[in-house]
Amino acid sequence: MTALAPETPGNPGKPGSPGSPGKPERPTGPGAGLAELGRGYLDRVRAGELGSLPAVAGLVVLCAFFALLRPVFLSNLNFANLLTQSAGSIAIAMGLVFVLLLGEIDLSAGYASGVCAAVLAILLTNHGWPWYGAVAAALLTGAVIGLLLGTLVAKVGIPSFVVTLAAFLGFQGVVLILLKEGTNVSIKDPTVLAIANDNLSPVLGWLLLAACATGYAVLQVRRSRDRRGRGLAGTPAALLALRIGAVVVLGATAVALLNQERSRNVLVGSLKGVPLVVPVIGALLLLGTFTLQRTNFGLHVYAVGGSAEAARRAGINVAAIRISAFVICSCLAAVGGVIAASRGNSVDPNTGGSNVLLLAVGSAVIGGTSLFGGRGRVVDAVLGGLVVAVIQNGMGLMGYSSGVKYAVTGSVLLVAAGVDAMSRRRTARR
Amino acid sequence: MTEAPVLELRGIDKSFGPVQVLHDVALSARAGEVTALVGDNGAGKSTLVKCIGGIHPADAGDYLFEGRPVQVHSPRDAAALGVEIVYQDLALCDNLDIVQNMFLGREKRRGLVLDDATMEEMAAATLKSLSVRTVKSLRQKVSSLSGGQRQTVAIAKAVLWNSKLVVLDEPTAALGVAQTAQVLELVRRLADNGLAVVLISHNMNDVFAVSDRIAALYLGRMAAQVKATDVTHAQVVELITSGRSGDLGPQDTPKGAAA
Repeated sequence: MTALAPETPGNPGKPGSPGSPGKPERPTGPGAGLAELGRGYLDRVRAGELGSLPAVAGLVVLCAFFALLRPVFLSNLNFANLLTQSAGSIAIAMGLVFVLLLGEIDLSAGYASGVCAAVLAILLTNHGWPWYGAVAAALLTGAVIGLLLGTLVAKVGIPSFVVTLAAFLGFQGVVLILLKEGTNVSIKDPTVLAIANDNLSPVLGWLLLAACATGYAVLQVRRSRDRRGRGLAGTPAALLALRIGAVVVLGATAVALLNQERSRNVLVGSLKGVPLVVPVIGALLLLGTFTLQRTNFGLHVYAVGGSAEAARRAGINVAAIRISAFVICSCLAAVGGVIAASRGNSVDPNTGGSNVLLLAVGSAVIGGTSLFGGRGRVVDAVLGGLVVAVIQNGMGLMGYSSGVKYAVTGSVLLVAAGVDAMSRRRTARR
Repeated sequence: MTEAPVLELRGIDKSFGPVQVLHDVALSARAGEVTALVGDNGAGKSTLVKCIGGIHPADAGDYLFEGRPVQVHSPRDAAALGVEIVYQDLALCDNLDIVQNMFLGREKRRGLVLDDATMEEMAAATLKSLSVRTVKSLRQKVSSLSGGQRQTVAIAKAVLWNSKLVVLDEPTAALGVAQTAQVLELVRRLADNGLAVVLISHNMNDVFAVSDRIAALYLGRMAAQVKATDVTHAQVVELITSGRSGDLGPQDTPKGAAA
């Protein structure tokens, strides 16, 4: 992986330098190890395993493009906006990664988030529930939805496309019924509103970054040392330093920018610090990556996506894995719904509707998750979600209409799906 | 040979509805030997393998494992005894690496977390014991492997679990010449390491290259189980195609079996 794509701590070190079994080739020096790794990475890219490369490259190019044409794109205010704008659909996209890994699809994730947001708003505003009760109820609603969808797919055997298309329509109706034919329920609970609207204090932002960077460095170094101690190919020290350095530099830059004053008028109110949604998304990213990369549940998700028959013969309960993936997807959709409700200060029948689902699927696919199953990571949702947000935000700044924004986002999704299909052909050809 | 065979089947019958596929079949496999199971298409080889593996339990007959009668009703029972079967379609996940495939469904864990390092060590040790040198890295994805390498991974997966009997269903059917030689070498090495190996094959050259004993099925009956050194190529072909050869095989060809 390149330095541009900071690995999350949970990600198992990608295969180190190729070493013959039982006799790992130890790199003679840091330089040799890096060259070896670089070559290995290039080989993988050529073989069709693109990983995060297209998303990271796209992000850099798009940012440069918009920054040149509209310098305001790079303003601190816009940077913070970008993060809060994308958070809701990133959460939904993270859930979709689990379902896409199985080679399934969940078309209802958008409206599922709408249903959960409606449950949240009604319990908070109309029934006066405390925030934790309402949020728990929203997440529980998500879990029940996922259980229902997953059971219909895994046990009854209806294709996920049909089940979730039906649910897409059905949930749209449920939102309308819950909201009494389209009234707008506003949210006044300060805790829920804080999720998408508040910022960490600058000091807290730095402390959080320090904690994350230290944790990342300790995990990576310990892991590598453990592998080397056992005579297995570990990550070369130079690459470790590069990765940890990249995390520190990128993180510090982001925190420093976000800690600047970005209020247009300081007299009205100060606006600075890392938006609260950033650690929320960060925590989901850590949890999701840990689940997929470090637990046997995650491995079994990949196995079912790669070959359901092989997984079944290995004694894996394929139906249970499918159902769990749908439950996780709908729960994360609920999180997305809570974030959207918080950001909008209210819930209406459009919450989770219109293009929310397509942007979320687009985020996952643009990030590098395959529509064919078996390939993808949770971090893809974050990278792809940022690409989508940059397009929407940048084109908005340039004064394009919604029509053009949709058309461009749609084309980018098509390009990403095309890259996915071609890289799959490339891998299969051998 | 005073030791009991690792696997001994006696009088195995198996029917699917009105069709009786196996009639009174006997088969034994000894540790340190490769037993080739040959027979024409439809002779019942695959069904017999599925009886051994517990996928289709036999209707009647004795299943003796290391001399003890056992009941094998599911693949789990077979795996618990130390019986591993490598099916023709291998059942590997292309998107996982070699170590992940070898441990699929039986991962080593430390608490909640997968113990990758231990699994990699065990996989490396297993491949080393089989003298496999064809794979570059244990962490490469199975999709990047050749047919022979995949077969190697599937076989290594089968011996990883201290198995005592490994059944290989046509391991060389889809391979080129060089890869076939490699896989056959591996099959021989399994037996030399003390395992009992049952090799199903259509290819007489393969059979004579590695096997110690040859068991020929003909129309659901065991025509003969003989030492490979006692028979010729032509005799085995005759056993496969007509169920008898000279004084080998049942002297009265079963009437109606051909119907």
